[in-house]
Amino acid sequence: MSRVEDLRFGVVTFPGSNCEQDAVHALRHLGYQADYIWHQDTDLNGFDAVVLPGGFSYGDYLRCGAVARFSPVMAEVVGYAESGRPVIGICNGFQVLTEAHLLPGALIRNKGLKFLCQNVHLRVEESVCKWVDLPAGTVLDIPISHNEGNYICDEETLAGLQENAQIVLRYCEPDGSRLSGGSAPNGALDDIAGICNQRGNVFGLMPHPERVTDGVSGSKAGSVVFTAIATYAREVAGR
Amino acid sequence: MTEETRIPAAIADSIETLDPELAAQVAVQLGLTLDEYQGVIAVQGRVPSLTELYIYSLMWSEHCSYKHSKKQLRNFSSEGEHVLQGPGENAGVISVGDGWAVAFKMESHNHPSAIEPYEGAATGVGGIIRDIFTMGARPIACMDSLRFGTLDKPRQRYLFDGAVAGIGSYGNCLGVPTVGGEVYFEEAYEGNCLINAFAIGLMREEHLTRAVGSGPGNLVVLIGSSTGRDGIGGASVLASQEFDEAAENKRPAVQVGDPFEEKLLIEVCLELLKRGLFVALGDLGAAGLTSSASEMASRGGVGIDIDVRKVPQRETAMQPFEIMVSESQERMLAVVKPKDFAAVEEVCKRWSVACTAIGTITDTGRFVVRDSSLPVGSDIVADMPAEMLATSAPEYDPPMARPAYLDELQQADLSWLTKEEKSIETLNSELLTLLGSANICSREWIWRQYDHQVQANTVLLPGADAAVLRISDTGRGSATNRGIAMSTDCNGRYCYLDPYVGAQIALAESARNLACVGAAPAAITDCLNFGNPEKPEVFYTFHKAIMGLSDACRYYGIPVISGNVSFYNESFGNAIYPTPVVGMVGIVDDISQIVTGAFKQQGDTIILVGQTEDELGGSEYLKVLYGQVTGRPPLLDLELEGDVQRVVREAVRDGLLQSAHDCSEGGIAITLAECCIAGGIGALVDLDDELPAVASLFSETQSRIVVSVSEEQVSELITRLQQAQVPYSVIGEIGGESLSIEGKLEVPIAQIACTFSQSLEKMVKQR
Repeated sequence: MSRVEDLRFGVVTFPGSNCEQDAVHALRHLGYQADYIWHQDTDLNGFDAVVLPGGFSYGDYLRCGAVARFSPVMAEVVGYAESGRPVIGICNGFQVLTEAHLLPGALIRNKGLKFLCQNVHLRVEESVCKWVDLPAGTVLDIPISHNEGNYICDEETLAGLQENAQIVLRYCEPDGSRLSGGSAPNGALDDIAGICNQRGNVFGLMPHPERVTDGVSGSKAGSVVFTAIATYAREVAGR
Repeated sequence: MTEETRIPAAIADSIETLDPELAAQVAVQLGLTLDEYQGVIAVQGRVPSLTELYIYSLMWSEHCSYKHSKKQLRNFSSEGEHVLQGPGENAGVISVGDGWAVAFKMESHNHPSAIEPYEGAATGVGGIIRDIFTMGARPIACMDSLRFGTLDKPRQRYLFDGAVAGIGSYGNCLGVPTVGGEVYFEEAYEGNCLINAFAIGLMREEHLTRAVGSGPGNLVVLIGSSTGRDGIGGASVLASQEFDEAAENKRPAVQVGDPFEEKLLIEVCLELLKRGLFVALGDLGAAGLTSSASEMASRGGVGIDIDVRKVPQRETAMQPFEIMVSESQERMLAVVKPKDFAAVEEVCKRWSVACTAIGTITDTGRFVVRDSSLPVGSDIVADMPAEMLATSAPEYDPPMARPAYLDELQQADLSWLTKEEKSIETLNSELLTLLGSANICSREWIWRQYDHQVQANTVLLPGADAAVLRISDTGRGSATNRGIAMSTDCNGRYCYLDPYVGAQIALAESARNLACVGAAPAAITDCLNFGNPEKPEVFYTFHKAIMGLSDACRYYGIPVISGNVSFYNESFGNAIYPTPVVGMVGIVDDISQIVTGAFKQQGDTIILVGQTEDELGGSEYLKVLYGQVTGRPPLLDLELEGDVQRVVREAVRDGLLQSAHDCSEGGIAITLAECCIAGGIGALVDLDDELPAVASLFSETQSRIVVSVSEEQVSELITRLQQAQVPYSVIGEIGGESLSIEGKLEVPIAQIACTFSQSLEKMVKQR
């Protein structure tokens, strides 16, 4: 296996993104190369994986991610994703991915109508996701920080997500169990915290793994989300 | 017309001309006194134009000129070897070592928030953050010090809920973490809530920028939002008068925030500053373009010539004075060399931020405002001496009188409080009542609504004694292992009962909070919230609080590098408690050594550093259990306080402690309960201090910190305490599932945790 520093991540900056620096910092801390991609840029050559970071793209004044989806870079990200290359959307990035129809469903306001910034427990599910390579049932503690993280989709879509093993992370209790009334603090359908596309290369999640990567607040639990993708990214890049 | 009232030809012909009698009337309507109006005539040498009158009324308003407080504020010292910028700029700046510097300031947005809490609080955050990046620093954290009336009143729940949502909405969108703060609920704040926002930014020392205009011929450039009629007269109408029945009508004077625009402004300004494309930078805050431009000219000893018609406007038919005094948010004023303007425009365009040259720096020393839609020759609507405008505001020395209530309350006999023998059951229930009371219960409901981790440098989550941010240019450079600690404190009730001591305790508690995380105080900012300074009793408390704070700062050698005064916090004649809020910043040398207040490990020894006295005056216990605010607040011995802090700070730095948490409202019983709740483990304690149980548990004696120590470090810590001659007692050990205080109380941790964590949300949601 080649070295991590050979792998180069591109982190998109939309006007109003505010976690792009955290993502670059986390990736560099893990030894990867990481650089910013301006939302007007249209060239993704040279990037082995693309990150759509958290924040409030275009102020999220219309609907979260609805305007960012029309940024020039997004047409390229769609093509990049469809060719099987790895794309991850964190928080606002997840919202952008759903608006761009790279992932199904939508993210609406939290059930309590309040912004929620807190640590959550996440259960790793059996999934086709290339970004997570942990045994099903593993519990990760990663913070969330959002106002619109309440995942919804229609019944048919949900059945498809379940059937195709596209549900990657679910909110859960500390021991991995789920409450009958739901364990998602934001009210997400089926406790969904993160999903992927059928191919498993496009991953969207509300929690912020980049915030718990270098141990600044005592935890490095988020690192796993960025390390598993290395092998796949090389394969698909033909390296 | 006499020689003194001569008007230049340009103004005489314009629509702006006022006849002397009308001018005097307008001046009074705008909030100037007749004496002040005479002062305007003296500075101008003639009857002012309409625009000039508006400008003077704002620049000489309490909010902009500090006319009642200026003399008192001179008691503060901003001296310190690491101080790079003291008061007088948009924010103070200190060096924090290795070429890093931090800019910080606290500011009030009380009056707007009392009318419209969401926008008022949001724009308060927006304003203080602009003050930070104006200095060249990237904003890295915010804190808020809030005061409301009690939550049994629907209006107070509305204000509290709205203000918290407003703070969150703005800071969250900007990506600046809100890492802590404080809130109290007291009847005294019912008519005037307090919203004090405290922000800090990090920069390399070489990027420090000041709002000093220079270089005649340079362009004056407005960057950011367009200008509308929002916030017109905010400084004079809202911030410089008491509230009455007409408060609702003042809603149009509250600005509306656009955090997205501000986020873009941060990126644009920091990029342009780093590239050296700004000669000067200032933000538009109170009194808008007027104060920003005139202060820039005054500081630089230059003149400024502005054409109001070049200012991008979001409304039609705006008058020159409206454009000059509008408080539309998210606007910055820069001075740019003509050769650099194209580069500035290019960066702004990339971020879709508007950027317009609206005037030039001149060598005349005059602050000239033109309206180019008027005929040439009569297009000057204001022509004033820039220096005088910013510096010649009247300065008052208001009369003071010691309020009669002070003697009465300070002499109150509280011996009845501790006479009654109370059963363990009673004390258990009193502890639970206090833990669930509004001023003591967990603030998690608040900080869960704030993004407190964005930028990935938050070392301690909110709820700790002090916030700690790692020093790191995240995403641009590597992280360090050093940190910046910040804390904000003020117990208004203590200040009401003794403004001198109360203000000193605000400083001492802030520093004690820092000591608990191993940080030494580096400098403070303050936000002095008081009632109407024209009332001698109010001004007396202001004077005493300043003396208390400045004396204590001098004693510890802590410079005051920025601050803000908010007067007229009165409604229907009732003033708030004197509330001099302290915002303190300190340095942590190694963030890996930080401890929290949480008890860590079964069997660790619990030590009380300091000594409890019978001091229940002004206490939370007296208020919550008996509904009384009376007595003397706790004494403060500055020397002992300093010693306690030093020993604990050094013990944290040397890795001797497992936990440290200061004793404040509610006394040691509350401190111990919080340590247990945070650690999820019980404690077996024997206070053995020969005080009556109520005093032993709930007294608010200062200079006390509860620490826990592993067995092998106990003797080392005790040696240090003895060497420092700091009183201490070994009071127990960690373990079990209850907080058990020998002969006094015993409660299960699960029960107190539940009461502590759920109370605030229940109070907000009551119907």
